[in-house]
Formats: sequence, C-alpha cells, structure tokens
Amino acid sequence: MANPGSLAVTVAGADAMSDSLAGPRGRRPQRSLSGRNIMIYGTLAIAALYYLLPLYVMVVTSLKGMPEIRLGNIFAPPVEITFEPWAKAWASACTGLNCDGLSRGFWNSVRITIPSTVISIAIASINGYALANWRFKGSEIFFTILIVGAFIPYQVMIYPIVIVLREMGIYGTLTGLIIVHTIFGMPILTLLFRNYFVSLPEELFKAARIDGAGFWTIYLKIMLPMSLPIFVVAMILQITGIWNDFLFGVVFTRPEYYPMTVQLNNIVNSVQGVKEYNVNMAATILTGSVPLFVYFVSGRLFVRGIAAGAVKG
Amino acid sequence: MTLRIWTAIMAASVVLPLSAAKATDLEVTHWWTSGGEAAAVAEFAKAFDATGNKWIDGAIAGSGGTARPIMVSRITGGDPMGATQFNHGRQAEELVQAGLMRDLTDVATKEKWKEIIRPATLLDGCTIDGKIYCAPVNIHSWQWLWLSNDAFKKAGVEAPKNWDEFVAAAPALEKAGIVPLAIGGQAWQASGLFDVLVISLGGKDFYEKVYSAKDADTINGPDMARIFKAADDARRMSKGTNVQDWNQATNMVITGKAGGQIMGDWAQGEFQLAGKKAGTDYACLPGLGVNEYITTGGDAFYFPLLKDEAKSQAQAVLASTLLNPKTQVAFNLKKGSLPVRGDVDLNAANDCMKKGLDILAKGNVLKSTDELLSADIQKQKEDLFAEFFSSSMSPQDAQKRFASIIASAD
Amino acid sequence: MTGQTIARRPNQLFRNLNAKIASIPMILTAVVIFLGGTLWTVVYSFTNSKLLPRLSFVGLDQYERLWAATRWTVSITNLAIYGVLTLIFSLVIGFLLAALMDQKIRFENTFRTIFLYPFALSFIVTGLVWQWILNPEFGIQSVVRALGWTSFTFDPLYNADIVIYGILIAGLWQGTGLVMCLMLAGLRGIDGEIWKAARVDGIPTWKTYLFIVIPMMRAVFVTTLVIIASGIVRVYDLVVAQTSGGPGIASEVPAKYVYDYMFQAQNLGQGFAASTMMLVTVAIIIVPWAYLEFGGKKRG
Repeated sequence: MANPGSLAVTVAGADAMSDSLAGPRGRRPQRSLSGRNIMIYGTLAIAALYYLLPLYVMVVTSLKGMPEIRLGNIFAPPVEITFEPWAKAWASACTGLNCDGLSRGFWNSVRITIPSTVISIAIASINGYALANWRFKGSEIFFTILIVGAFIPYQVMIYPIVIVLREMGIYGTLTGLIIVHTIFGMPILTLLFRNYFVSLPEELFKAARIDGAGFWTIYLKIMLPMSLPIFVVAMILQITGIWNDFLFGVVFTRPEYYPMTVQLNNIVNSVQGVKEYNVNMAATILTGSVPLFVYFVSGRLFVRGIAAGAVKG
Repeated sequence: MTLRIWTAIMAASVVLPLSAAKATDLEVTHWWTSGGEAAAVAEFAKAFDATGNKWIDGAIAGSGGTARPIMVSRITGGDPMGATQFNHGRQAEELVQAGLMRDLTDVATKEKWKEIIRPATLLDGCTIDGKIYCAPVNIHSWQWLWLSNDAFKKAGVEAPKNWDEFVAAAPALEKAGIVPLAIGGQAWQASGLFDVLVISLGGKDFYEKVYSAKDADTINGPDMARIFKAADDARRMSKGTNVQDWNQATNMVITGKAGGQIMGDWAQGEFQLAGKKAGTDYACLPGLGVNEYITTGGDAFYFPLLKDEAKSQAQAVLASTLLNPKTQVAFNLKKGSLPVRGDVDLNAANDCMKKGLDILAKGNVLKSTDELLSADIQKQKEDLFAEFFSSSMSPQDAQKRFASIIASAD
Repeated sequence: MTGQTIARRPNQLFRNLNAKIASIPMILTAVVIFLGGTLWTVVYSFTNSKLLPRLSFVGLDQYERLWAATRWTVSITNLAIYGVLTLIFSLVIGFLLAALMDQKIRFENTFRTIFLYPFALSFIVTGLVWQWILNPEFGIQSVVRALGWTSFTFDPLYNADIVIYGILIAGLWQGTGLVMCLMLAGLRGIDGEIWKAARVDGIPTWKTYLFIVIPMMRAVFVTTLVIIASGIVRVYDLVVAQTSGGPGIASEVPAKYVYDYMFQAQNLGQGFAASTMMLVTVAIIIVPWAYLEFGGKKRG
C-alpha cells in the first residue's frame, strides 16, 4: 500500500512536517487498511490545519510591511519580506516615553521565571510527596482547600495579597512576586505531584521505611531520582504560566522588574494612529518564543511525564 | 577636632541643598500611550529633566481601567511611585482620606494656583477639606463633533453645521459607502457620547437637572426621550464601525472612511499627528453646533506621600513644573487639550482649539460627569450604553434603565 | 480537634513531624491565602467599600444590586454556555485526537507539537490572533468573499448573538492540545494486555474505549477536569483581548465583572459580592466532589 505518511504530508503542508520525515518508526506492523489510515491521517491533518492557521497568520503578518497589510488578505504570503517589524518589536517599539521595545523586559522575565519555577516546583513536589506518602490528620482538608483555590479568580485575591505582602514588608520586591507565583501554581502542581507519587510502587516506600529512612531521606534518595518526567511536566506548566503572566508581574512589583508581557501589553494596546499589526505579531511571537522553545525541546517528556503520573489516582 | 566638626557641618549644609538640586529620580505613572498622548507627556518629561531631576516614565497602556488597579495597589501596598495621573474628580478621594497622598497646599500657595488656574472649579476637584492634593494639567472637553471634509465631498453633500444637518446627511454618506458616525466599541465611548447629546442637545439647565440635581421628573420626561431618540439615530448611523479603540475610530474620520465622530478634544492630537489641518481637512463642531458648552474634566497628577526627603522635594518641583506656563503650552498643543491657566499665550493654537478657548473665555463651562457622578454610577451607565449601542434595545427601555441608575446615585 | 487528639494520645502531634513541617507552606497557602482571602472577600462583600476596603456594612445590598444587573445575568449565562461547551468539546476533541495519535501513527511528535504549541501562548496573544482571523474586514470572511462568495458572512465577534462562540473557538484552540496530551498520556498508561484481552473477547474497539479504557483513566480525567474547569471559571484575559466584552455587553464573563467593578467602578463591595457568588457556586460543586475524590480514599 501507499505510504500513508506522504498523504498526510501533502494535506497538512510540507514545511511543518519535514523535520520528522527522517524517522518513521519502524517497529509497528502494518496491519490496518489504507482506508482507516486515510481517516486517521485525514482527521489529524485537518485538526493540524486548525492549530497551525493562527501561527501561520502571525508569522506571515509579521514579515509584511504595513502597506501590504492594509491591502487585505491576511492569509497571503508576503510579497516582500521585511524583518523590520521584528527589529522594531524587539528594540524600538514605544511605550509612553520608553522606546526600547521588548528587550527591556526580557531579562526581567528570566529573572522572575527561573526562581519562581524552581521554588514553586520544589514546594509543590514536597507537598505532593507528603500528601501521597505521609498523610497526617487534616492533610486532605488542606489539599481540598487548595484544589478549590484553583478556581478563585486571580483578580479577587489582589487586595488580600497586597495586604499580606505589605505586612511582611516584601511588597514590590522580587521575593514577593516569587511567593505569589508559588501560591497560585500550588494547587495544580500539588495535584500532579500527589498523583505521581501515589502511582509509584508502594513497596519502594515501605522497604525504605523498614530500612529506617525518614521523610527527607526517602524524598531525596528515592522519590526525586524517579520523578524526572513529572518534574518536566511541572516545569513546562510553570514556565508557560509565569512567563505569560501579566497581572501579577505588574501589580506586585515595581517598574524595574516589569516582565516582558508588560511591554507586550503596551505595544499591543497602545495604538499610534494605525495599529501596527506586523509589529504586534512580531512582538507576540517574540514573547511566546521562550515557552515555545521549551515545548519543542521537551514535548516528548511532557506526555511521558503525565503518562507516568496521572494514570492511577 | 573642632575644626573637623565644623568642616563636617559646613559640608553637610552645603551638601544638603546640593543634593536636593541634584538629580532625583521620580517615577511617574500614567496611561498616556497613544501617539499624541506620548508626544505630549514627553514635554512634561523634558521640562522636568531640565530642572535637574529625572522623570522615570511608568506608562501602562490600556486606559485607566488597566492602569488604575496597579497604581492603587502600589500606593496601598506601601511602595508608591513619585507621582501618578488620575482623572480628577472623585477617583482618588479615598486615597487622600486614608492619608496616603501628599498635601500640595504649600506649593499651590507659593505658586498662587488659586489665582492662575481657570476655571476655578478645576481646583475644587483637587481640594479635599480645604487642602489641595493634585495638580490639574489640562482641560479636556468631550463636546466635539469631528467631521471629515473629504467624506462629505465624496458623498456630494454639504458638510453639516449642526447635529440635525448631520443626521440628515447620513443617508448620502451611507450611499457612498461611508459610515456616517464612527463609534469605537469600548463602553466608555458610548457613554461619553450620550453625555454629549445631553449637554449639547438639551442645554445647560437640562444637563444640570439631570446630572447635578438628578431630578427624576426631568429624567423620565419628554425632553429626555428626545435625547434618547437622538442616541437611537447615532446608533443607526454607527452601523459598520467595527473598531474598538477611540483612536481607530478617529482614524476612520482621518482617512475619510467615516463622516464624523463624537469624541473629546484629545482626538485632535491624532489629527495633528496624521498631518491634517483644522478647517481644511477636518472640521469641528463644539457642542455639536447646537449648544456651545463644554465640560471641564481632565487629567491631574497626584503625589503619594513619600518618606524620602529628596523625593518629596522633587515632587514639589514636578508639581510646579507641570503648571509652568511654557510647559502648559507645549503639553497642551501636543495633547489637543486646553491649558489650565488663562495667562498663557496660545497663538500656536489651531482653529478648533481657539473655538475651545473662546468658549472657555465666555465661561460656558460645566462640571464633567466624572465630577458629578461616582465611578460606580459611571460604570453602570457605561454598561447600559454599551448594551444600547450594540443591541436593538428600545429608547424607551433605555430611558427607564437610565433613570433607575441615576436614582441610585449617592 | 487537635486539642482532643493531644489529650488522648500525646504523641499524635509529633507523628509525621517532618511531613508536617514540610507541609507548612501548603498549609499556610491554604489557610491564610485561599481560606483567609476568601473569608476576607466574603466579609467585605457585605460592605459598601469603594476604592479601599472599609468595614461599613450594608447587609445584602450588594447582592440585590448584583442580581438586578443585566450585565451580571449576561455574564453568568455566557459562562454557562462557554463552560459547558468547553468541557464537552475539549474532552471530546482531546480524547479523539489522543485516540488517533495512539494508533501508532507516523509523525506523532510533529502532530503533538502542533496540537500543543498554542498552550505555550498566553491568552492575550490567543485573543489577539483570533480577533484578527475573525475580523470581517480582513479575516476569514473577507477572504471567502474575495473568492467569489460575496454573501458569505462570518463575523462572530461583531454579532452579539454568537460572539461567545467566537471566544470558544479561540479558547479551544489554546487549550485542547493540553487535554489531548493528558488523554494520550492516559492511554499510554493502559496496559497492552487489556487491549489484547478485549480483542480476544471480540469486543469492538469503540466499546473497549468507552467501557474499559475510559473508566481506567479516571485519574487522568480528574486532573484534566480540574485544569479545564478552573480555567473556565477564571476566563478573563481571553475575553478582554478578543472583544473587551463586546459587542456591547454580549461577551461579558463573571471574572471580568468582578475586575471591572472592583477597579474601574471602584466599588469593591460589588466586585466582592460577584466573586463571592462565583465562589459559592464553585464550592457547591467542588467541595463535596473534591472531598470524596481526595479525602475519603486510602492510599493507592
């Protein structure tokens, strides 16, 4: 039968596919009928179109000049490719009086994202571990509160948290912001880690207990080494969430720590006469590039991580 | 030994005034990020930097709704900025009452604000319990109809001189593929437009009865029904606008895609930036060409109470810089608004601004709805008119709901 | 409760001491922030606080006003439509895609990346892009019209009756990839023996999925539900970026009502009342379920 893969390639657009053409995985036996394959690949290809369309529009638009954009068709490829919008978005788009584009906030975003991700994951993994293996009276109640907390709109919590941070004397500092990210990442992360640790064979834990290992020893020597996949999942979720955050970054810090999303918002929302869609799109892609990169690199581990953790509850 | 002490004291006394004059960074937050606005605020920054201090710009785009929670959190969280924009009126009242804002009375007395600021009601908006807490920087009036001369030429009709002619010209514009009246999708634009109809078509006494006295009979009466009928016309004329931001709607007028727009005088900054000339490229009708009254809302700067002595002094410098005649002219020309002091020379002003200045000189000035109504009532009004302008709600129903909102005002 | 326990068994408090110490951040977050913050919100929802929280009680005034407001009714209706459809579609689409991906297909990595990448983008970005694609003047509508079908109309963001579906399209685009991954992970965790056994017994594939596989994926569904549902309740940025609640008030959502009234209208009391209503609704649904799900069971 014909190679079903080539069909999918023609349907879904070649460029997105080409990178993986190299390695069709040979281990599977070809049992199925080609009709079935057409259905499978056809459906996937159509779905892929829906997911790729916006990215395509973003990229194409960001490479056009404004006169070309005004002509209309957003799906048409650029006649004349220009990288000016990218340069402008990165280095010279204005917000009020500051005309240094997104570059201003990039390192701030890095400075916020790295410690927030590390600390929130460290705490959530310990929570999950305690909830899975060391239940104590009331631990489930706290966990339930935490899960309900996942449903509270962020905006409502602004004032109480401003008050708490003010009383602690860390309002406006990076520490304060890291704590806020840790708090709001906690419900989902704890849930993930708890499910993961529950799914690990109980015998491991029991054997370690019999050997006299305590809370921290088991966590560090047995649990941690086994949990790479779930750490990857947590990392991806947190990097995405924290990198894309606008509200906390702007409410709980001062301008010298403002993350990249603040500039993105300013570029996208401050209109200088005509909306410069090409610059908006370039800024959008630039801002999204860090989490996108993380996804491309660790996407495979992502599924494996959840597969390892979330199946048995 | 004594010599050393003396030197130290001498040094200190010399250093102290020096350090005050030396560059102090002052962070200023505002939401002026559109083209004309940014150009205008740059004038402030330039003037302030010229005093030897440094303006650290903290612009937050996305209108007051996005910026205000950030500002309020910063102030209540104990990490305030050096100065911040608010619309004057009742927005910052509670921050002042909570003792978080700096009293500017000393600066105001020294610089004789009471005498130079015109109209005097402007300073009332800054005064709480006899103390002055903000520096008004401009007068913005809402009551303008901006018209594209090109659009009317293209449609082959005479450019209208008042609201009724405008309504009458609408079918011709539509036939030429032009949206008669551009209204951006954001709620505040619909609500602001309605207030313009109230004051311009209803007149001064009517406006005051509605928003100041909140007189139920007037609000439910036939005159009000007439205003709602006009709003219904405006709604019909705005079909096909399909933009969100006010300056995108202004841009439709600039490019001749729309016949006109009812928008405050800040729209003028956009015309200017696009290189259009008042009188030839576009026309303006204050008070919709009917009742030439303007309201004097506007922007003001508030100064949070700071512990740092050097910064407090810089705040005083900034406050006086903002009201400096030269800064006032430079800023307001770019912003398209009117200066808050009557003693400045505005020869550079264009036709439309001069019309505004005339009205101001005649004293045809009223308090804006920002001052007469609380933010809460304003928001409910916005919700109502946002719904009205995008649905087929009947004018009668809208009037009923309007009446109940105003009746709940405190 | 702890007091009683101590009286009965003095060493109870110190059992699992390390676990308790390690859980302090969680306990603090749960009690101080989530519980404390919620109670604080509820208390102030009975006041007429404006810009700053103030304890001047006005009884149920804020709630009466809330339920009289058209915008609030529109908001919760929208949330209900958006929520139900998001739940259904993201679970169905996510599961279908995952099932297809699980057919030992080629290019799995590519497809997965394509489906998942939108999740890396913020809602602000998502809203912006879809606002553009759905814009009648230069988006899909204009392209189709340019092809010759001049009466074609597709302007969900400018039509009050269907605007919420325009938002749904964007929301699904952003979120289904993650659901697909979670589902795929779940499918991968199913023992191959089960499929073999089902095949031996001659059970059709769809039946195997529906009655054997899906029940085995319970935990995955729980995780997915929590993630989707919490996203639904908090939907805000997407709407702001795509429509700002418009046209008119047709695409307003509760979280936006809360935010607007807290900060634009400077009526904290009203915003808190609205958020309390949201919380009460969530709590009624979640608490019993969460407690059964996470509280009642023993380990394993």
